[in-house]
Amino acid sequence: MTEKDDLALMAHLMRRAGFSATRKELEKRVAKGYEATVEELLNPPADDPTGKAAPDTALTRYQPGTLLPGGMPSPGQARWMFNMVNSQTPLAEKMSLFWHHVFATGNAKVDHTHELLDQIDMFRKYGMGNYRELLLKVATNPAMIFWLDNNENHRDAVNENWGRELLELFSMGVDNYTEIDVRESSRAFTGWTMSPKIPRLPYGRFPWYFEYREEDHDDTEKTFLGETGNLNGEDIIDIVVKQPATSRFICRHLYNFFVADEVQVPAWTIEPARDEEALKTMVTAFEESGYDVRSVLRTMFNSQFFKDARFSKMKSPAEVVAGTLRLVGDWQFPRPGIKDIGQQPGYMGQTILDPPSVEGWYTGKEWINSGSLMARINFVADRVANTSLPGVKSIIAGMKAEGVTTPEQLVAASLDHMGYLELADETKEQLMEHVRGNGNLDWSDEAAAGTRIGEILAMVGATTEYQFG
Amino acid sequence: MASTNKDPVIVILQLNGGNDYFNTVIPYNDPLYVDNRPYIRYPLEDIIKVDDEMGFMPNMGPIKQLYDQGNVAVIHGIGYANSPRSHFRSMDIWHTCEPDKIGLEGWAGRVARDLDPNKDNVLTAVHFGHGLPRALVVPGVPVAAIADLPTYGLLTGIGDQEQRAKALDLFSRMYSPAVGSGLVTDYLRSTGMDALEGADIVKVAPEMYSSNVEYPNSSIAGHLRDIAQVYLADLGTRIFYTQHAQFDTHSGEMGVHPVLWRDVSQAVGAFFEDLHEHGRGDNVIMYLFSEFGRRVRDNGSGTDHGAAGAAFVIGDPVKGGFYGEYPSRKSEDLEQGDLVPNYDFRGAYSTIAEDWLGLDSKPIVNGSFEKMGFL
Repeated sequence: MTEKDDLALMAHLMRRAGFSATRKELEKRVAKGYEATVEELLNPPADDPTGKAAPDTALTRYQPGTLLPGGMPSPGQARWMFNMVNSQTPLAEKMSLFWHHVFATGNAKVDHTHELLDQIDMFRKYGMGNYRELLLKVATNPAMIFWLDNNENHRDAVNENWGRELLELFSMGVDNYTEIDVRESSRAFTGWTMSPKIPRLPYGRFPWYFEYREEDHDDTEKTFLGETGNLNGEDIIDIVVKQPATSRFICRHLYNFFVADEVQVPAWTIEPARDEEALKTMVTAFEESGYDVRSVLRTMFNSQFFKDARFSKMKSPAEVVAGTLRLVGDWQFPRPGIKDIGQQPGYMGQTILDPPSVEGWYTGKEWINSGSLMARINFVADRVANTSLPGVKSIIAGMKAEGVTTPEQLVAASLDHMGYLELADETKEQLMEHVRGNGNLDWSDEAAAGTRIGEILAMVGATTEYQFG
Repeated sequence: MASTNKDPVIVILQLNGGNDYFNTVIPYNDPLYVDNRPYIRYPLEDIIKVDDEMGFMPNMGPIKQLYDQGNVAVIHGIGYANSPRSHFRSMDIWHTCEPDKIGLEGWAGRVARDLDPNKDNVLTAVHFGHGLPRALVVPGVPVAAIADLPTYGLLTGIGDQEQRAKALDLFSRMYSPAVGSGLVTDYLRSTGMDALEGADIVKVAPEMYSSNVEYPNSSIAGHLRDIAQVYLADLGTRIFYTQHAQFDTHSGEMGVHPVLWRDVSQAVGAFFEDLHEHGRGDNVIMYLFSEFGRRVRDNGSGTDHGAAGAAFVIGDPVKGGFYGEYPSRKSEDLEQGDLVPNYDFRGAYSTIAEDWLGLDSKPIVNGSFEKMGFL
């Protein structure tokens, strides 16, 4: 492989396993090697496994309001976006977004942004670990308990919300259990509740805690998926995890999020997987490792099907925003106005910390409508054309050093700096024609040259191709 | 319903944060108003009396003027049972008409879908503000979001007009249909062209507009002027949606609430004056709502989250007056200290959907609810 091929592959890995990377970071990682980079991403340093230390320190000093947002969603969204942009462990951060898609919990009901941020932090910490342990963390997460009404699930009055979604959306998927299983699962989770919600007025919101109330737990016999006993919630999780349907469902989610767009989740029981072979490889890795998420990620990122899957997935709004901000080097430090970066994904149809329902977001082409597409294009264009941003400055400096002059060189370099983007022939021809119309790049007026480069980068960001990652 | 020769139009104005109903439509003769509001009340002499019982808060003069013309319906006690008193959950319920579960579709988005099932007009529904409120979100239904009309469009960051024109020209060539580019890319291309077309159509609105009406300098007045411009340009928009905040007056209510209603009333007044100046008031109604009312008793500095509220329907086709009953303020009738809603908000939506827009309301609001005769 040539050097450019290595960089393009690394750019692909960092778009998927992180939130994109600058040319400088890509070069450093290529020098280290692809598999070594995968290992580094999979194994964050022990002293800062969530990669939050530096971003949180900066926020504490300059925007402390984002750290304890209480009932205010926007500072909390800003805090998470700041983490996505600045995380030193991008895959751990990406996994928090992945699990937020799967275990979708929303502020529209929870109305306690800090509890949601705690849930996201739990995903950062345990998101690459053992899936059984993670499910147990989710089942005891107070925001989830309140979101799916398990605090209303009592020994004498069963509420099936959590007991059902655990099976339908968090493990096996529909058609793999009966209504009786839903009932029995729900009974097993009676008594799994949260500390009493203290009214938030007049003193504000209090932290929530998981509580197990033995006196409210139905300890009688249950039969769940063929297993009978005085099952408790943990037993249900043990049974659920070892179902073949669960391995397939979770691996298909991982494939859909990291490799290529699948059909929407509700169609998974009807439609075969986009790549059955690839899915089988992932399922085997998942099962042989005892449901270790890190193992399946390792197999996936190192596989040929992953490396071949460039630009086969629509970028989610959070990826658009975080990836663009990383590329242009904006928001490396907090400053007033930080709330805007947390709200931007919402303008594109993905209000982070507030998915439309427990089913999460529909992905792929469902991200796109005329309003969201306009918001995406303008967000990217406004930033990559802003020649005062450090990342844009270094792109311009890089082109100057490379001696970029002709329209052909200009287009090729712009595509490379925007992530080694590949354009369809007809798009590329249109772009070439546009650039040719203004002739060679004239470096004698550096400001004008920079402006022109910025405008070409903006047009690259406006292409249909750039919407894919 | 008034006879019109044009398609009926609705403007939805959402008051975010929970407007203090008790301090907006005031039963000024009720001693419980003064008793419950030792700190947070308007002086009785300043309240704008509407009849022997009810008055509007002092800054609602322009709305009172419209009321006197018979063009304002006030819906008392609107809400739904078991209010969660959470802004987000409550607004979600108003948006999706699903009080018991999490709903996926917004009611106004469904209205847009039913008004324009073939998606003939990319501007059938327009939100004036950033992003979309959930009320307007239905998968597959195009809705435009215009944060600021004069600067609305694609690639607006390119300052040089000649360069921008070239950039937009390139955009339209890059997004033109191409053979064999695949389903998803085809969809992206046609959506991109929709966005371009919408922006292109909307661009004419400020150019065509002229008016002698001076709108006040507030964000809500800006949005309503934008709406008037797009409406008067006859672009076929049927649903206009915008929002004003922040009505969440837990503290400092007597500083904030009067300003909010001054801005809203003046803006609404200017908007209808503008329509009247153009002789175009006959096929627009405006619907104002908030996610809940506030606690009957004040907390010394403001009021906390409550339940029942008031909604307003304004416009020439509206049969003005008070509708429904003001919920009882007696302490034994309150629920957790709040006015109990006695009219389901989905009934108001049903009235608008059926008697104004001529649609079947059941699939829009998920059921049948009692309508009201304000149209």
